[in-house]
Amino acid sequence: MRRSMLFLPGNNPNMLINGSCLGADAVIFDLEDAVSPAEKDAARILVRNTMRYMDFRGCERIVRVNAVDTPYFAADLEAILPEGPDMLLLPKAGTAAEVQAADAAMTQAEERLGLQKRAALMPLIETALGVENAFAIAACCPRVEALFLGAEDLTADLQCKRTKGGREIEYARTRLVMAARAAGTEVYDTPFTDVNDDEGIEADAALAKALGFSGKSSISPRHVEVINRVFSPSPEEIRYAYEVMDAIAEAKAQGKGAIALHGKMVDAPIVSRAQRTIAMAQALGISREVTA
Amino acid sequence: MDSLRPASAGTLESSDAYVEIEPSEGGIQIHLESVVLERFGEAIRETVQEVLEELHVADACVRVVDRGALDCVIRARVETAVRRGRGEC
Repeated sequence: MRRSMLFLPGNNPNMLINGSCLGADAVIFDLEDAVSPAEKDAARILVRNTMRYMDFRGCERIVRVNAVDTPYFAADLEAILPEGPDMLLLPKAGTAAEVQAADAAMTQAEERLGLQKRAALMPLIETALGVENAFAIAACCPRVEALFLGAEDLTADLQCKRTKGGREIEYARTRLVMAARAAGTEVYDTPFTDVNDDEGIEADAALAKALGFSGKSSISPRHVEVINRVFSPSPEEIRYAYEVMDAIAEAKAQGKGAIALHGKMVDAPIVSRAQRTIAMAQALGISREVTA
Repeated sequence: MDSLRPASAGTLESSDAYVEIEPSEGGIQIHLESVVLERFGEAIRETVQEVLEELHVADACVRVVDRGALDCVIRARVETAVRRGRGEC
């Protein structure tokens, strides 16, 4: 479960060491845009040490490495993979071939270093080329478990202005959700960049959820709580999910085929959504009794 | 040991440490300034010494300005300074 993913600048000890206390389901240690070229070496070693010595208590550890065509990529893999990251976020993923090259480099590094754990890969789609190739990228290798939308670089590439309303990224958002779901992967939304706009982040997260995103990233700890709430099932949704499963069990016991609940037919997609809702509620430790 | 040039790493921000390293003769000298010198000075010195040993640095003068950094941060900053001093970064 990754409702929220919080970016932590890779060369900022204060943010890194507090990362696990900020409530996000996943943290993203950033070795790319948050780090100047002169500090890439320092950030790499600092992130490596943070991962090695700090306990992130169930918080998933993702690292945004530098792009595959940069001189930093190989050194990032060498330093980070031995620390067992759950996932690498791969910037500027424009084509399936680039992601396959990253996958091959990771496999080589894992074999050379004798690593048991294989980190997953999450291509960051932040160019027009990446959006157009989204399905090919999502489906290019088993290591790809999710797509991630990066709107800042994308709007620069599109030569348009990034706005709070986000009309300029509507196509990219829906295209990425479609591509990721078609390929059987998860998909995560771009951060909302105004850290002081509480209403804005709520609306933006709600829109992302409504479009089908699995969760949303953030550059500010202030946004984490809102994102977690928006991407968690509500008590009403959980209650309804249990009612659906009860109705299915009862119909089965009575040998009935089609069933209805509150006057609406319950079919396979509704059952599958109910199962997902219950699984998420259980993962969050929300019992059925709480929602009764 | 490989030849060492003067180098530095880290910042003076809170929770960080600023480390300068330069070549020296006759072992390791550590000059430490810290907001928690009285309580953790010895532990910080040991950490710095440990990293230098791990990196096979036998002769160097190291200045550390600690701003309340955790052990893993001090380790990272010392390692970065050494690697920069050796021209590895």
